[in-house]
Amino acid sequence: MDRSKVSRRRRGLLQGAGATAALGALGFPAIVRSQAENIRIGHLTPRTGFLGPLGEYAVMGVTLAVEEINAAGGIMGRKIDLIAEDSVNPQTASTKAERLIERDKVVAIIGEISSASGLAIAQVAQRNRILFFNTGCNSDELRGKACNRYMFHTEAANSMYVAAEGNALLRDGMVKGKKWYSLTADYAFGHDLLRVAKRFMAANGGEFAADELVPTDVADFSPYLLKIRNAKPDLVISNLAGNQIGNFMKQYLEFGLPFPVAGFGFDTAIAWGVGKGNVLGTWPLVWDSQVKTPSSQRFVEAFVKKYGKPPENQAWGDYLSTKHVALAMNEIKSTDSTKVVEHLEKGAKFDILKTREGYYRDWDHQLMQQMYTLTFKPVAEVKDRWDLFTLSAPVPATDQSLEVLAPTKTENACTMPA
Amino acid sequence: MLIQILEQVLNGLLAGAYYLLIALGLTLIFSLGGLVNLAHGAFYALGAYFAVKIADVLGFGPAFVLSPIAVALIGIVVERSLFRRFYREDPALGLLLTFGLAMVAEQALRWIFGAAPIPFSIPPALKGQVLVGDFIYSKYRLLMFAVATVAVGGLWVLLQKTPFGRVVRAGVQNPDMLAALGISLAPYMASVVALAVALAALAGVLLAPISGVHPAMGADILTASFVVVVIGGLGSFWGVVLAALIVGVVRGLTIYFYPPAAEASMYLLMVLVLLFRPRGLFGERIQRFE
Repeated sequence: MDRSKVSRRRRGLLQGAGATAALGALGFPAIVRSQAENIRIGHLTPRTGFLGPLGEYAVMGVTLAVEEINAAGGIMGRKIDLIAEDSVNPQTASTKAERLIERDKVVAIIGEISSASGLAIAQVAQRNRILFFNTGCNSDELRGKACNRYMFHTEAANSMYVAAEGNALLRDGMVKGKKWYSLTADYAFGHDLLRVAKRFMAANGGEFAADELVPTDVADFSPYLLKIRNAKPDLVISNLAGNQIGNFMKQYLEFGLPFPVAGFGFDTAIAWGVGKGNVLGTWPLVWDSQVKTPSSQRFVEAFVKKYGKPPENQAWGDYLSTKHVALAMNEIKSTDSTKVVEHLEKGAKFDILKTREGYYRDWDHQLMQQMYTLTFKPVAEVKDRWDLFTLSAPVPATDQSLEVLAPTKTENACTMPA
Repeated sequence: MLIQILEQVLNGLLAGAYYLLIALGLTLIFSLGGLVNLAHGAFYALGAYFAVKIADVLGFGPAFVLSPIAVALIGIVVERSLFRRFYREDPALGLLLTFGLAMVAEQALRWIFGAAPIPFSIPPALKGQVLVGDFIYSKYRLLMFAVATVAVGGLWVLLQKTPFGRVVRAGVQNPDMLAALGISLAPYMASVVALAVALAALAGVLLAPISGVHPAMGADILTASFVVVVIGGLGSFWGVVLAALIVGVVRGLTIYFYPPAAEASMYLLMVLVLLFRPRGLFGERIQRFE
């Protein structure tokens, strides 16, 4: 009997199990290159894995922005070459960011959705003194403990999402003396969000029936749903991310649980992927195509024309960041990252496709902006697959400072390394 | 508390069906062809995507029947053109082939349908819950469990009680003896692969309304299915069935007592089983693998 063959076969099977785990980890880079005199901008975002659906919109957003900027004369008359790649995970994101800066000589990196990968890119950007515009990472930590001079945040911070959603919950009487049951994504983003949510709850007299961490690869929520049903909370809170939000909503309705649902993180593309009749709850949102300002409508029209579907919050983030980078560089007539940082820190105002202009706050580089909340429409009122929810009026109110939603210096201290 | 634990155990048994259909196909192809099919998840995803497209036109019922058939036909083409060249080769080559196939399939789905998930609902007639005492359950999942049970039962009858099954089982045990008797395994392999990928596609159709239709869905479920096969033991039909149920229950209980370890629990279970039973729970001594 050939003994060596046994172990080889059996080991093969085990290797198979390991290899499948790696399957999702490889992506295909989409590299657009041309002449040396062009200016290069790097774009990194997860395009596979549980955040992949959002990454696809991010790429659409940045691509459209680059086309529009180039059509309008580029940056100081030079065209932009976009180098867009899948960031995959923090390790790969870090390696790719190094390569974009050292080999491709990009003037800025834009993108990312995973807070863990965003942190990795930010460190590379800081070390090389190259701009990094964060378009999709929500963790407060990136604006606080891990903040740095070269990182700017177009995406709202977790505490801004919690403040916006919290306003709606306070209005509906869902906080004081109420028992919450929360499910939280078990990685950097979720932990950070849970911390901020707890701070909000403690300040407003709510309490937890339970708060549970959910591994990011959970697709079947039935065991959690049975637990929630037994706990009989007043409100179920989702601190989940990506596809998990969709699976959670779908299965929640499948099991017919009666408790109201809210969440502190949300992406429209996920709701579209779940579809009418499978969505519920009140959620915060940073932007939606229902915001009717002239520039917002121009963006929506151009996007629909190019891609045949409306943009959502992630496409907005990457589109907007790219525009801001180009605007700032054209304004100061330099692509030097350090000069751009100085310009932005002086409080340059930008059109952010909302009713009020925004600016990047000087001490943590967070874009100060209005936020929204949404509630889903009854199925009978849904017109098409993109039309699922009603958007609230923006918060803060027009007579309030934009900063009321954002964390204060004591809540989220940021000391930028030199 | 006891009631709640019982609830999790029952739910775990039902949720075991989640991995079962995929794991059975994997073990069939592996034990007969010696091929570790890393592309098995891709067939599962194909099943779900076909179901969405067919259901758009014909409704859920026809999708449920036609999608596995369509995937089985693709399986035959893949077996005839690719798999068959690798049965007697170094297993590493088969791994490379199927790993590559899985990537091609996932990227193709992303390219054609986009990375965003595609909406697919439980058909209205199957929506709703069943209440037994205080135990609530989704009607659709009960149906899913019933379908899985029928599929598993059917497969068992096919393997145990038909001439086809006898040849397949003999092929698993001793292909050389089979060849000496003048029976060629080649035509059987095509049927086995077709059957195995059809089961995966059936799982894809059934799970599509629950866990979403997106390009990476195949890779997501494949790892867990491999774990089930390893725990159950190579070549053992009932081993895989039992392993799927145990994984479901262990996962449910872990979520009850310590949720962050939900997905880690099945890997721990695998380590434990392999420590004490290196062939898996019911792993048979298969001569040609010894």
